[in-house]
Amino acid sequence: MSIKPKNDALSRTSLSVAFTVGLYGAAFGAAGVTAGFSILQTCLLSLLLFSGASQFAVVGIMGAGGSAISAIATATLLGFRNALYGLQLAPILKVTGLKRILSAQITIDESTAVSTMQENNDDKVRGFYLTGIGVYVFWNLFTYLGALGASAIGDPAVWGLDAAVPAAFCGLVWPRLKDKKQFLISALAIFMALSLTPISAAGVPIIATVLLAIIFGWKK
Amino acid sequence: MSTIWIAVIGSSITAFLNKYIGHSVPEKWLDRPRFKRINTLVPIVLLSALVGVQTFATKKELVIDQRFAGVAVALIALKFKAPFPVVVASAAITSAAIYNLF
Repeated sequence: MSIKPKNDALSRTSLSVAFTVGLYGAAFGAAGVTAGFSILQTCLLSLLLFSGASQFAVVGIMGAGGSAISAIATATLLGFRNALYGLQLAPILKVTGLKRILSAQITIDESTAVSTMQENNDDKVRGFYLTGIGVYVFWNLFTYLGALGASAIGDPAVWGLDAAVPAAFCGLVWPRLKDKKQFLISALAIFMALSLTPISAAGVPIIATVLLAIIFGWKK
Repeated sequence: MSTIWIAVIGSSITAFLNKYIGHSVPEKWLDRPRFKRINTLVPIVLLSALVGVQTFATKKELVIDQRFAGVAVALIALKFKAPFPVVVASAAITSAAIYNLF
């Protein structure tokens, strides 16, 4: 693929985002296997679901003994922001049929972020595809490597993998906490989930916190 | 079919529907201020709850163990704007050190 000089900076941005984000895939691959998923199941989540936070939620909830329903519901709610990204991207990409299906699959935080940072329409389109496809390739590659690595390990606690998963969630939620109110809501969610843990089925304490989002988001 | 397979396939289908719907519905359907406010908070509450449960819960019991130390170090790393792989690795190293030493 030839790269025009004016797009050099964009290509570099897209690829560095793709590679860095792709590396997290190793943490997901390890988390999947640690949670009791096979290498195939872990890799399929990266290939098919392809949305980091939702994937970590599925393996986290199933690994803790939660039901498939609560894992699916939590992952779906976490993935809803991708629908909002699609809304912003559709008028820019203007694609139909198979191209729309493929574009939808790579509609994630990173591809949307790089696309919306660009000034002209051509760069927005290019940024979306370069980043989306780049993340897809690296994320899946590193998922496989992480899953392979973790399956070679016996007790996950010996390698600290039991702390790596909640740390990964910290890394995912941290950039979203932008003011005091959001920190408070985050703390309340932790408190609520822990309070419910001894008295409800696994997975329920997580999804129940959506109530907090509705209560605090209802009024400005 | 095992419950893990149901979770893998089910969540993959709904994830794709989420993505595809955004590309396909008229903008005004989802473009509502209240809806957007709630949707901004949804990842915050769900991910925070996951942090809490994954750090302190063992089945239905709440415990403080090596995971807590690992997550505390991760939070410090985040406070200092460390990149994601450093955050995860520092938590793993801390937790493993405590688990193996004590």
